[in-house]
Amino acid sequence: MTATTPLWEVFIRPRNGLAHKHVGSLHAADEVMALQSARDVYTRRGEGNSIWVVPSAAITASDPDQTAENFEPTADKIYRHPTFYEIPDEVGHM
Amino acid sequence: MYSQGLIGADGRTEETPEFLERFQRRIDAEEKIEPKDEMPEGYRRTLVRQIGQHAHSEIVGMLPEGNWITRAPSLRRKAALLAKVQDEGGHGLYLYSAAETLGVSREEMTEELLSGKAKYSSIFNYPTLSWADMGTVGWLVDGAAIMNQIPLCRCSFGPYARAMIRVCKEESFHQRQGYEIVMTLAQGTPAQKAMAQDSLNRWWWPSLMMFGPHDADSQHSDQSMAWKIKRFTNDELRQKFIDATVPQAEYLGLTIPDPDLKWNEAKGGYDHGPIDWDEFWRVVKGHGPMAKDRIKARKKAWDDGAWVREAALAHAEKRRARKIAAE
Ligand SMILES: [Fe+2]
Ligand SMILES: [Fe+2]
Repeated sequence: MTATTPLWEVFIRPRNGLAHKHVGSLHAADEVMALQSARDVYTRRGEGNSIWVVPSAAITASDPDQTAENFEPTADKIYRHPTFYEIPDEVGHM
Repeated sequence: MYSQGLIGADGRTEETPEFLERFQRRIDAEEKIEPKDEMPEGYRRTLVRQIGQHAHSEIVGMLPEGNWITRAPSLRRKAALLAKVQDEGGHGLYLYSAAETLGVSREEMTEELLSGKAKYSSIFNYPTLSWADMGTVGWLVDGAAIMNQIPLCRCSFGPYARAMIRVCKEESFHQRQGYEIVMTLAQGTPAQKAMAQDSLNRWWWPSLMMFGPHDADSQHSDQSMAWKIKRFTNDELRQKFIDATVPQAEYLGLTIPDPDLKWNEAKGGYDHGPIDWDEFWRVVKGHGPMAKDRIKARKKAWDDGAWVREAALAHAEKRRARKIAAE
C-alpha cells in the first residue's frame, strides 16, 4: 500500500468581521493542495472569503475523561456573572 | 439508500450494563456523542459501517450520472449536471472524514469498497439508459436520499449529523434540477413524454428499495433506533417518500408503474403493491446489472490516480527538505 496522505482540518471565515470556524477535514499532500481542495470541497456556494488549513496532527485536544474537572468548577462560581450583584433600581441601568 | 447501510451491521456489545446504561442516558437526553467520547464498540462499528457505506454510495453515485455529462442536451443542463456530480463527490468526502473520526482510515475504506467487502446503495447498480434517467435519478433517487438524510441531521453522532446538514443543504438543488428535466420531457413531444414514462417505469421500484427491507425483516433497526442513529424505520420513510412523490408524478401526467397503488383514506397515505425483494437482495449482493462496471470504474480511477498521489507526496517531501535546508 502507498503512503497515507496527511489529514488537514479546514476553517472558513464566512465574511469579514466573523471568526474562522471549523467546517471539516480533508486529505492533501501539502498545504498548497490542502487549500485548493478546501476551496473545492467546502466553498462551492459562497460559504466564505477566507480559508485556514491546519495539519490535524498539530491539534492538541482536551481529554473528554477530564471534562468534569476541567469545566464543571465554573458552574458554582456564580459571582462571575453580573446578575450576582444587587444594584438598586434607582441607580439605573448598569 | 442509507438505511441499507445497516445491512449486516453487528451492533452487539460486550460492555458492562452500567456502562451501556450511562451511554444510553446520554443518548436519551439528546446529547451528541463526539469522536473522543466513550462509546460502546457496537455503536462505533455500526457507525463506521453505515457512514462508510453512505460515503461509498455518494462516490459510486457519481458514475451513473457522469455517464451523461458529455451528452447533456444543452449547456444549461450540462453545467447543472456537472455541478450535481461534483456535489456528490463532496458528499462522499464529508462522509469519509466523519467516518475517519472513528479511527478508520480513508485507505482502509477505499480498499473495502474496491475489494467488494463494503457495500454501497443498490440503486447505483442500475444503468442510466436515456437522458430522461438524469431527470428521474434527480427526482426519485435524490428525493429518496433526502427522505433518509433529513432525519440523519439529528443523528446522535456529532460528526455524522454535521456532515448531513451540509449534504442536505445541497440536495434540494439535485432533486429540483431532476424534476425540471422530467417536466420538460413530459411536456414535450409524444416521444419525449414516452422517454420520461419509460424512465419512471425503470426507476420507481429500485427507488422504493433504497429504503431497505420491511421493518419486520430489518434485523439491526431496533438497536440503531435506540441509539438514535436512525430516527424513523425503513417503512416509515418509504411511506413518506411515496406520499410525497405520487402527486408530483400526477402533475406531470406520468403513471407510477404500480397497479396496486391507491390512496388509503384511513391511514392518510398510499398503499402500494409488493416489492420484489429477491431482486433487491440480488442487487445488494452485487448481482445488479452494473455492479461489475461500477467497481471496475472505481478501481481504474484509484489505480490510474496512484502516480498522482505518489508524485504529490514526493513533491511535498522535496519542498519540506528544501525549506529545512534554507533555515
Ligand atoms: Fe449526495
Ligand atoms: Fe444528491
